Amino acid sequence: MIDVINLTKKFNDLNVLNGISVKIEKGDIICVIGPSGSGKSTFLRCLNCMEDPTGGQIIFNNVDIADTKVDINIHRRKMGMVFQHFNLFNNKTVIQNIMLAPVHVQVKDMKKAKRKKLKDDPAYNTTKAEIIKNARENAIKLLERIGLADKADVYPSTLSGGQKQRVAIVRALAMNPDVILFDEPTSALDPEMVGEVLDLMKSLAEDFMTMIIVTHEMGFAREVANKILFIDEGKILESGTPEEFFGNPKHPRLKEFLSKVL
Amino acid sequence: MGNFEQKVEKFIEIFIEQNGYVKVLEGLKNTLIIAVLGLLIGIVIGTLIATVRVIPKYKILPRILNGFCSFYVGLFRGTPIVVQLLVFYYVMLPLMGVHMTGVQVAIWVFGLNSGAYISEIMRSGILSVDPGQMEAGRAVGLSFGTTMMKIVIPQAVKNILPTLGNEFIALIKETSVVSFVGAADLYVAFNYIGSNSYEFMVPYLVMAMIYIVLVLLISLGIKLMERSLRKSDRRN
Ligand SMILES: Nc1ncnc2c1ncn2[C@@H]1O[C@H](COP(=O)(O)OP(=O)(O)O)[C@@H](O)[C@H]1O
Ligand SMILES: [Mg+2]
Repeated sequence: MIDVINLTKKFNDLNVLNGISVKIEKGDIICVIGPSGSGKSTFLRCLNCMEDPTGGQIIFNNVDIADTKVDINIHRRKMGMVFQHFNLFNNKTVIQNIMLAPVHVQVKDMKKAKRKKLKDDPAYNTTKAEIIKNARENAIKLLERIGLADKADVYPSTLSGGQKQRVAIVRALAMNPDVILFDEPTSALDPEMVGEVLDLMKSLAEDFMTMIIVTHEMGFAREVANKILFIDEGKILESGTPEEFFGNPKHPRLKEFLSKVL
Repeated sequence: MGNFEQKVEKFIEIFIEQNGYVKVLEGLKNTLIIAVLGLLIGIVIGTLIATVRVIPKYKILPRILNGFCSFYVGLFRGTPIVVQLLVFYYVMLPLMGVHMTGVQVAIWVFGLNSGAYISEIMRSGILSVDPGQMEAGRAVGLSFGTTMMKIVIPQAVKNILPTLGNEFIALIKETSVVSFVGAADLYVAFNYIGSNSYEFMVPYLVMAMIYIVLVLLISLGIKLMERSLRKSDRRN
């Protein structure tokens, strides 16, 4: 589904990614680990072009989205992202956070279909009221799934960190993405809230959601991932199944890293 | 003091019997119209300029726009408002072959002028919003402009409301020069009363008091607004 070919990224003169190649298949759960400053976040942010790659290709659903000529916004709809610091929209209620993007893009599609008179396009026959109604129903279902339906109309500032991150995850889910990128989703949480977020991610895994997760939670990686990537100095130094990875690490840097974190 | 009482009597006579109050109300109306519409135009222009100034500048178009905006802001901040009024009225309009009343000219010039100042206020407001807000918007596939409009600018405006209130007060005060282009504001009204009575002390004193009351009322409004905002923050 995502084919990363020789991805490089420079910030001015600093080489942060030095040729990363990896294939991600539908249903994969890939955990990315590595020392701080090794380029994990940059790698993740290049995948949805939040940072423009300096070189290489990112083939997502058969399109090279690293090409600056493609309309990246369309592809980002299918690539959710979850941030370390949640980044819920502060000026929107919880349910508005979830509904905003789906409603916006569907209304845009509908207007386009009507303008171009695409009578066969399903977007042609819908109305804004209908789009909002469906988005609301879906948002409520998602909130029920995470047990926060009663928080639908409050602002994010009243939520705990764990609640914020779970809302951020369902906000990404509301777009029906093909893949969700997670950048240290539990690193900013108080320890007692880490579990609820990891549990939600596990339940996504059980639904076969494709996920790429930068994390320091080794237990989670071992339990949930089907592939682990070890990144250091902007390169993938080792990749493999959790068994190989933790049972029989080969690269000296990985051995050193694991001895520190385990 | 007898002299002063006479002057007051004279003022009251003209104010009431010679319809001086009509002029004053008219002047007050024009002063407020110029300040309010000027502020609104300024907010629109200021927001556009501030947005251009925070667009990432990799591409050529944002750079050109940014250059233009810098020029615009420099122009309007670097020249006196009276000069702007006169140039607009006596140079730009004839060149464009457009006719406008003095009040219309004043609205546009104060709008264009406050746009330059508000752009700086708005820019600092935008920069005070967590960059993660823009990232989250872009990450769900919203464009830069949409994220700006729906997420960033509403939060920026909330942060700068008190400063915008001060800009409004500044506008009210600065509009007292619009008679240069023939707009009949408060100053013109009281000047009329003074000229008709050959007596300026009381009219200008009353004028000063009206300005003070206006400014105090607006300050009070800002305070109330800030308080209700703080409350909504707590409720959040
Ligand atoms: N926007 C940026 N501008 C300049 N340097 C950056 C930027 N983002 C990251 N870097 C640098 O790239 C390197 C890798 O950062 P990052 O990808 O955040 O590492 P990690 O997530 O593995 O801790 C660091 O040295 C960091 O300072
Ligand atoms: Mg990081």
